[in-house]
Amino acid sequence: MYRYDAIDSALVDERVTQFRDQTRRFLAGELSEDEFRHLRLRNGLYIQRHAPMLRVAIPYGLLSSKQLRMLGNIARRYDRGYGHVTTRQNIQYNWPKLEQVPDILADLATVEMHAIQTSGNCIRNVTSDHLAGITPNELEDPRPWCEIIRQWSTFHPEFSYLPRKFKIAITGAPQDRAASLVHDVGVHIVRGPGGDLGFEILAGGGLGRTPIIGQVVREFLPREHLLSYLEAILRVYNLEGRRDNLTKARIKILVRSLGIDEFRRRVEAEWARIKHTALLLQDSEIARVRQFFTPPAYRSLADSDPTVGRDTAFRAWYRYNTHAHKIPGYRAVFISLKKAAVAPGDVTDWQMELLADLADRHSFGEIRVTHTQNLLLADVEQSATFELWQTLDRAGLATPNIGTLTDMICCPGLDYCSLANAGSIDVAKLINERFDDYDYLYDLGELDLKMSGCMNACGHHHIGHIGILGVDKGGEEWYQITIGGSAGADASLGTVIGPSVAKSEVADTIARLLAVYVQRRGPEERFLDTVRRIGVKPFKESVYATPVAA
Amino acid sequence: MPRRLLRDRRVAVDEWRYLDDAAEPAIPVQLANTADAGDSSRDALIVPFERWLRERESWHAHKGRLGVLLGPAQAVLDLVVDLPRLSLIAVQFPSPGEGRGYSHARQLRERWKFTGELRAVGCVRQDQLFFLARCGFTAFELPEAEIESAGAAFTTFSAEYQVSNDAGLAGTLRHR
Repeated sequence: MYRYDAIDSALVDERVTQFRDQTRRFLAGELSEDEFRHLRLRNGLYIQRHAPMLRVAIPYGLLSSKQLRMLGNIARRYDRGYGHVTTRQNIQYNWPKLEQVPDILADLATVEMHAIQTSGNCIRNVTSDHLAGITPNELEDPRPWCEIIRQWSTFHPEFSYLPRKFKIAITGAPQDRAASLVHDVGVHIVRGPGGDLGFEILAGGGLGRTPIIGQVVREFLPREHLLSYLEAILRVYNLEGRRDNLTKARIKILVRSLGIDEFRRRVEAEWARIKHTALLLQDSEIARVRQFFTPPAYRSLADSDPTVGRDTAFRAWYRYNTHAHKIPGYRAVFISLKKAAVAPGDVTDWQMELLADLADRHSFGEIRVTHTQNLLLADVEQSATFELWQTLDRAGLATPNIGTLTDMICCPGLDYCSLANAGSIDVAKLINERFDDYDYLYDLGELDLKMSGCMNACGHHHIGHIGILGVDKGGEEWYQITIGGSAGADASLGTVIGPSVAKSEVADTIARLLAVYVQRRGPEERFLDTVRRIGVKPFKESVYATPVAA
Repeated sequence: MPRRLLRDRRVAVDEWRYLDDAAEPAIPVQLANTADAGDSSRDALIVPFERWLRERESWHAHKGRLGVLLGPAQAVLDLVVDLPRLSLIAVQFPSPGEGRGYSHARQLRERWKFTGELRAVGCVRQDQLFFLARCGFTAFELPEAEIESAGAAFTTFSAEYQVSNDAGLAGTLRHR
């Protein structure tokens, strides 16, 4: 993984000094609430329902064991003993004290971490495929490009006060595991007409109040032009994106109002002027960054089946929570943070420390955060998986549900977030209680359930196979259900099935949807495929035919 | 008390005067009086953008230095023909979150090679100086209470990842 040099370290240290002074000036009354808001947001600091919330950047989801240990340490020292992993591969603390935040940032800086640009109207953490570098069918490892973009976007002097936040995702494999089609900019590594690798550039995707799938701006961009092209997109957006209405300020609204052709014309015109400036990436710089992402010292092993002769619990975990690796004898291991009765994505201080130890022992000292709010040990020897599972199981980290209904994406909801209309964590709990039969879950197969507590859509409900959106109805929490969404390369937005349902009816409503699927599905057909084949109507009819018994 | 600002990283007294959008007499009247002692024909004047567009022809005879006040929604492109005549462009930041001025500055410096004073006005605090300077601003109208101490903000960071304008557009991205 990338390691800081003297320049990276100096920048992060100087940011701590800057923010310490800004916090002091705010507490001394020298900065107004509004002025401080713009500054603290650039350091991931929100003022939330109970306390400030601090979002710490995990660039493209990659962590060293040392960093994860520090995150655990911070959870214990400054918070209530846990952190919350987000859909953009970051981690949030829900209970820090404002005056202690500079100290937290100083502690983070000692392990090459920070909260720079994790909120506010600027370029956010670049996200990527959690299987980058290890998945068998990848064209190229996207992480060096993530790091190149991270550096370019960090403290970018021109793009630190954008109309709205700006999120970039990069993938290098045909399967889109980064939800890149619903990002402000999606970057896909593709092979060009001449056989060289370069990028397909998409723009204007997003969720929130107005969900839109991103559109192609450029089919093939030679790799040396990546930064100049991004700079051209950002400049057009910075100058022309709407600033009069917060809900219309994302780039998706600009792209939609101009039309993709006119947007492309403006970007290309700007790009033509700047493509041969200092933004042109030199081969030496690409090579310099790439050397940080060379494969670890894999042993020469043969593939084996570690489940032979083991009990069914391990076999189920191995089947659902591990993933194929391109190196023989290795396996990628998901750490499910979706245990029933725990808020999806929450991980405790001692779990973080344990996982850091396990990463040192089994996975070259690295841990990854997935956009589905789980963790991943990317490079585990197959023969070590049984021992690893036993330890994870004792720590409550081996819930064998990756990719199933209960592997839900879920925002913090009304319990923590001051924007939310409705709770999401307690609904997750109700769903977990209702669907606790693993044979049934496994029979349902691949199912993405995504839930947001309000239309800002932090839980990505539009692109869940089943999506749940919390709405406020006369002061009560109600839930609107969508089906048919997808976050992958075949991204689609879900369709609302009908009127929203009460909290007590959510789990039964989902049960009815699943019953239709089980009855109507074809061989090997996923829930999503059945919805696409037969349409929403049969599902809707079943859900609303008779009142749900509350 | 005359207005003070930061210019070229030093505290300076501002010799420029802002004109109202239409309140003052139209320029031809002023020009007619150029023979009078104490007239304003040699003043350094900052003209609002819309007024400049309306009156630009009549300003050519003005003997003093001229500047234009550019708002966030106004286009740099509309000023391009006037740049040889303009000694200053004041870029407005009406709110703390306003960011278009940063792009205006870079376009003026990099695309149109504007070499006069680029001044940031409005909601401008020391916390923005580092980025503003890197985009090409050379003068800053700060709250009076911050003027003496704000200079430290130019060195908030000792390095940067991007090409910089304040260092005269270094030729390449940072290489290590």
